[in-house]
Amino acid sequence: MIQLTDQPLDYAAITESVRDPAAGAVVLFLGTVREFTAGQQTEQLEYEAYREMALASLQQLVQEAASMYPLVKVAVVHRLGVLQLTDVAVAIAVSTPHRAQAFAAGQWLIDTLKQRVPIWKREHYVDGRVQWQHPSQEAAVAPVVGEAS
Amino acid sequence: MVTVLFFAAAKEAAGMELLRLEVSQSLSLLQLQQRVLQLVPALQPLQSLLLWAVNNQYAVPAQVIESGDTVACFPPVSGG
Repeated sequence: MIQLTDQPLDYAAITESVRDPAAGAVVLFLGTVREFTAGQQTEQLEYEAYREMALASLQQLVQEAASMYPLVKVAVVHRLGVLQLTDVAVAIAVSTPHRAQAFAAGQWLIDTLKQRVPIWKREHYVDGRVQWQHPSQEAAVAPVVGEAS
Repeated sequence: MVTVLFFAAAKEAAGMELLRLEVSQSLSLLQLQQRVLQLVPALQPLQSLLLWAVNNQYAVPAQVIESGDTVACFPPVSGG
């Protein structure tokens, strides 16, 4: 299951979608809206995506993960639009035969999603300021170019 | 005709979501970038940050752009 959605994420259903008799481990990662970042108080977050490329990029990510880890099933769902504190922005569920592979695959998927998939967040702070977040601003390092197709 | 899409801070700076450019012959992504930055000077302060994709894939400056391609221009990603 690979999706972008404007609706709240049903992480129970997302977790359920990767359960399988071949799997001895299921790991679920949820990225949630945090109130304080570097001393700044967030009121809400807004996510925008280049939907077509983001979906293609997520498909590619899952294919790469499947070549690196013995995935039984995988689900990646990202929410877009305006989110409030504690809302779930991203859910990644993986199932594998054994637990170490599930933790490693889940970690790789979220780390790589954050580096590569064209989705952006905009912070709305309680003091009224609104700011796009570009975490690699200092480094300005482009993601891997010419990914295997 | 090449379509150039803008996202996030690039869309905000450009004040537009997309730009359509007539291309008489194929050109490199680098040449296209130079045309876009000339036509939309508001993007110039972001120039060193901007990432470029062609037809849904990150692209290198030497990539050849042809009529019908969709190019996207955006700042570093921050999903998750």
